[in-house]
Amino acid sequence: MKTTLPLTITQLQEELAKGQYSLVSLVDSYLERINKHNPKLNAFLTISDEVAYKQAKKADKSIKELGKEAFEKYPLLGVAVSHKDLFLTKGVRSTAGSKVLENYIPPYSATVVERLENAGAILLGKNNCDAWAHGASGENSDYGPTKNPWNMEYVPGGSSSGSAVSVASNFTMVSTGTDTGGSVRQPANFCGVYGLKPTYGAVSRYGIVAMASSLDSVGHFARSAEDIKKVFDVTQGEDGRDATVKTTSFSKPKAKMRLGIPKEYFIEGLDSEVEKAVKGASKVFEKEGIELVDISLPHTKYAISVYYIVQPAEVSSNLGRYDGIRFGNPRNSFGAEAKRRIMLGTYVLSSGYYDAYYLKAMKVRTKIIEDFDNAYKSVDAIIAPVSPTPAFKLGEKAQDPLQMYLADILTVAGNLAGIPGLSVPYGSNIKGLPLGFQLLGPRFSEYVLFELAEVFEKATGYKPKVAKL
Amino acid sequence: MRSLTKSDVDHVAKLANLALSKEESEKFQKQLSEVVNYVSELSEVETSDTEPTSQTTGLENNLRADELKKERTLSVDEALSGSDNTHNGYFKVSAILEERSDK
Repeated sequence: MKTTLPLTITQLQEELAKGQYSLVSLVDSYLERINKHNPKLNAFLTISDEVAYKQAKKADKSIKELGKEAFEKYPLLGVAVSHKDLFLTKGVRSTAGSKVLENYIPPYSATVVERLENAGAILLGKNNCDAWAHGASGENSDYGPTKNPWNMEYVPGGSSSGSAVSVASNFTMVSTGTDTGGSVRQPANFCGVYGLKPTYGAVSRYGIVAMASSLDSVGHFARSAEDIKKVFDVTQGEDGRDATVKTTSFSKPKAKMRLGIPKEYFIEGLDSEVEKAVKGASKVFEKEGIELVDISLPHTKYAISVYYIVQPAEVSSNLGRYDGIRFGNPRNSFGAEAKRRIMLGTYVLSSGYYDAYYLKAMKVRTKIIEDFDNAYKSVDAIIAPVSPTPAFKLGEKAQDPLQMYLADILTVAGNLAGIPGLSVPYGSNIKGLPLGFQLLGPRFSEYVLFELAEVFEKATGYKPKVAKL
Repeated sequence: MRSLTKSDVDHVAKLANLALSKEESEKFQKQLSEVVNYVSELSEVETSDTEPTSQTTGLENNLRADELKKERTLSVDEALSGSDNTHNGYFKVSAILEERSDK
């Protein structure tokens, strides 16, 4: 049994190559940690120990047979992963955080699940989340809220709440999430880990419960920029099962880069420590020879309104398929937030209101995209806060949907524009809650964002951190 | 302030096939009115010359060959595995037609 769990993929694979431990014994250690601490954090809805041991044995065998070559053949060999419960996992219960799918065992796996498995990753289980990915705090899960591992009176962010907590608590090395309006970047920020929202269309959504189809993007959490990149190498690209995915060439980092600071993201009400962290991070980049440029994204203030029309409209359509006939429970099993969004979406699409709300929102969406296109003429990426505040207290916004919706104010524009965003952890506030920032880039500029994050890590002497449980 | 009436809420619930309790209807009437009122700020944006965006990929008619592939096809048993309400390889559903009573 191994007592200290590895923190990065590189560390894991070096130790495995040296034969320091077997993957079966590593799975023992992970499961012991999960079983000991998960009951108070509620990050997991299902633990897939049977699958995990099967995959661990297979991986141990590959290392024995192929030696170091095994890590070339299987780039994520031995990496412990967990999936947001929106990801279908063949034979392993997938609930989407909702009682509608309480007993649903999917007959097939999502593309991303399959690809991670084929790359040698080991599935430890399924993570709690806001039901149907509706939420910014994890409190909308039908299976109870997930707690922030840095302080259990605080929310971990949402909707990919359990996934972020899983990586921050070292229950897994990597976890997956979906980001429709900030659901990867914001919990990553609240939990002090890296979170990637890829370009819309870079990663297949096949086999993942759909929330808002023109916004959903499939991302992941890890503890270093390098690990985020290693997983993205595996998940991105065409699978022939999602017509929005097209294999394209990604832009490459330049020798001399420019980073934009959008004035509209430093809004009234922005927490002073959040602002200080983002401004401090900008200075780090400047010292590394990256030029800072003040930019303007004038339609930013309308992003939340566009989002809360387009997103519920698409939600109401996507959740129309849950009729309780072919799988799942009937529609009276939907929780309050899902019903609220179905109602809102049905209303804005209904006869007489379509032009005033949905069509208008789609037009303002174009304006928001034009803002980004203009900005990227003069900068390679943008640095901004992820959320107006660090993690807030459990229950603080739960009774007021509009206040909860406004928590997405700095992340939704990225989804409306379909651009990639990387949440980077950087320090903590006076209460010990994590702080950080997001890097946004033009479509298919993921590798530019990874490079910037790696420059930042080197400059700040970043070391992966795990919450003390 | 734009607000939803009780009959708006009932109408929308019917369209969405949701059965709401009286308490839920009242709560949603207030909460949805607040959100709708907030998002109405979009009317101040000038968009008369702006095309709507429905997707951001720039892809059009991304087609694949229409061929049957075994690895992407569920067997009947797999397709039915999510329901206990099956009969002879079919899903059972509630009747939607009734026998005429005036015959």
